[in-house]
Amino acid sequence: MSEQLLSVRDLRVRFTTEDGIVHAVDGVSFDLAAGEVLAIVGESGSGKSVTAQTIMGLTRSPNARIEGSVAYRGRELLTADDEELMRVRGEEIAMIFQDPMTSLNPVYKVGDQIGEAIQAHRHESDHKAREQTIELLAAVGIPDPSKRVDNYPHEYSGGMRQRAMIAMGLALEPTVLIADEPSTALDVTIQAQILRLLEQLNRDRDLAVIIITHDLGVVAEIADRVLVMYGGRIIESGSLEQIFYDPQHPYTWGLLGSLARPDRPRTMRLSQITGQPPSLLAPPAGCHFRPRCPHAFDRCTRVPPLETRVGENHADRCWLSVEQKKTLRVVKTGEIGLEAPAA
Amino acid sequence: MARFVTRRLVGMVVVLFAISVLVFLIFNVIPGGDPGKRICGKNCNNALLTQINKDWGFNDSLPVQYVTMMKKVFTGELVSYSSQLNVDQQIKKGIPITFSLCIGAAVIWMAFAIVFGYLSAVKAGGFTDRALTILALVGISMPVFFLGAILLLYLTSKIQLFPTAGYVSLTSDPVQWAYHLFLPWITLAVLFVGFYSRVLRSNMLDVMNEDYVRTARAKGLSERQVRIHHVLRNSMIPVITLFGLDFGAVIGGGAIITESIFSLNGVGQYAADAITNVDLPPIMGVTLFGAFFIVFFNALVDITYAWLDPRIRLGTEAR
Ligand SMILES: Nc1ncnc2c1ncn2[C@@H]1O[C@H](COP(=O)(O)OP(=O)(O)OP(=O)(O)O)[C@@H](O)[C@H]1O
Ligand SMILES: [Mg+2]
Repeated sequence: MSEQLLSVRDLRVRFTTEDGIVHAVDGVSFDLAAGEVLAIVGESGSGKSVTAQTIMGLTRSPNARIEGSVAYRGRELLTADDEELMRVRGEEIAMIFQDPMTSLNPVYKVGDQIGEAIQAHRHESDHKAREQTIELLAAVGIPDPSKRVDNYPHEYSGGMRQRAMIAMGLALEPTVLIADEPSTALDVTIQAQILRLLEQLNRDRDLAVIIITHDLGVVAEIADRVLVMYGGRIIESGSLEQIFYDPQHPYTWGLLGSLARPDRPRTMRLSQITGQPPSLLAPPAGCHFRPRCPHAFDRCTRVPPLETRVGENHADRCWLSVEQKKTLRVVKTGEIGLEAPAA
Repeated sequence: MARFVTRRLVGMVVVLFAISVLVFLIFNVIPGGDPGKRICGKNCNNALLTQINKDWGFNDSLPVQYVTMMKKVFTGELVSYSSQLNVDQQIKKGIPITFSLCIGAAVIWMAFAIVFGYLSAVKAGGFTDRALTILALVGISMPVFFLGAILLLYLTSKIQLFPTAGYVSLTSDPVQWAYHLFLPWITLAVLFVGFYSRVLRSNMLDVMNEDYVRTARAKGLSERQVRIHHVLRNSMIPVITLFGLDFGAVIGGGAIITESIFSLNGVGQYAADAITNVDLPPIMGVTLFGAFFIVFFNALVDITYAWLDPRIRLGTEAR
């Protein structure tokens, strides 16, 4: 059993806004072990980014209420002071963000922004920091790094910016890298390259990775374990095999059913889960997925607990019995989905 | 870059030409502007007036008169109609005073605006922010002549803390120079401190929500580093642009009222006198002087802006 790095317990994040209180994260718990790749999957607005940013203390603000616990190697981060957070950020846990286009400061050279991270933590000369930066850029596959180091972000393509962000994340050799939809904004081939890069870093440097995505295809490629989030809650968690071959929650069935299949027309793939994601201002009582779930019944008005029902470390939030699930999730022989697509 | 500068230079010449024509025309249509009568003075008679009109060329057609005047502008021979003093020399005499006033005020206004704007943004919504907001609004709405008069009344005559008026040159006594200019500096700077600190505050609040600021935090920079290096640096770009324009405008005439209140015989005071006397040559000289600085700083702003924001810099080079 490898070392537990990160342990998140009953994390709750609420934002006070003009329209009311947004329950962005509603009782999320999970662990991350050294060298592991954990994927957080869910629709837009399910609270994935807020969860990830809260781990690093990036959601702290006067309008945010944060409860629960985030422990990194036994150190509590939610109550950590600024100095402690600064040491953890970059050095222990690094994060790359959703949108590579806006995540780099337009007025500084890319190399300087990476060097800044190095110099903030280590007393390196400008020259040393620059050399390290060039090495990092080379390591993430930026061509001609000794020239590119002096470019400004707008001179980089989207894929290169994301690589530069990854280089920045790696600069201080963290043990955990949180990648928030690192490939969503990029086209398909670049997406694949970025994923391969993350996979390689995980293998070569034993880097623990939390990868956030709404694409189960990405998950299948690199994850060891998967958390499925819906409306600020984890609705299912398990190993990659468990989630793909024995999914317990109807929402997961829907995600699997809408997974890109080249043999089906696009419209049919996407029509799997009808309706809108829940409003986090006034979420539905009970199971958040109830309004969109074809299998909902009276019990679903109470919140189902996240419980282990089938295999070890495989938990879900659904009131249906394991037997019922086995039949309901099969929409066609050998195929899992939320409901049989209309003919 | 060379093309960019050339284009700006040509633009400057065109603007200055247009302004000189405008001033000349306006002067020739306003009543009481007849320069012959003015030079002729109190003991005027018809013979003298005819002589003067002939000597000064006031009988020529307007275009000819304009050309004559511009020739004098370029050769430095422009002479006032009422005092018969050389305009160039008078402006040159005023320049050290006006520059001392404007540069000093500019330093004060930028320094205070940055400090106040920064504090306001960092403590947004708190007591400091509210207090500074009220101060800024008072500063913005306070007319210069009123503020100047109040300062004069209370700090030079009621409590004799500062000298009433006058100018001591920087080279002869730097301490007295600053001492004499202190109140004028404050008077001129207050409006801008208020305005600029508000602009900086709102820029900073916008920039704080940018993704790259979150990136800066995520890499483990201290809050101070994040604010100064990323938030302030990016928020200063529009402020510096504004500064270039306002500074040009202040030198080019914005300091007239302040100079008058504190009896500083700078270019502004000279302009004010010329206007009261409806005296074309100094008006022309001073207007061109002012216009030159405004246009000059406009060009400078564009160049600085390109330097501050690499996206623009590289855009112009590529063209
Ligand atoms: N600072 C904030 N103030 C108020 N509401 C916020 C704030 N940050 C996030 N939210 C809200 O929290 C909810 C969850 O947002 P989050 O960014 O975590 O979604 P996500 O799962 O990452 O979605 P996406 O796939 O679109 O990135 C959203 O409804 C969002 O509007
Ligand atoms: Mg997100």
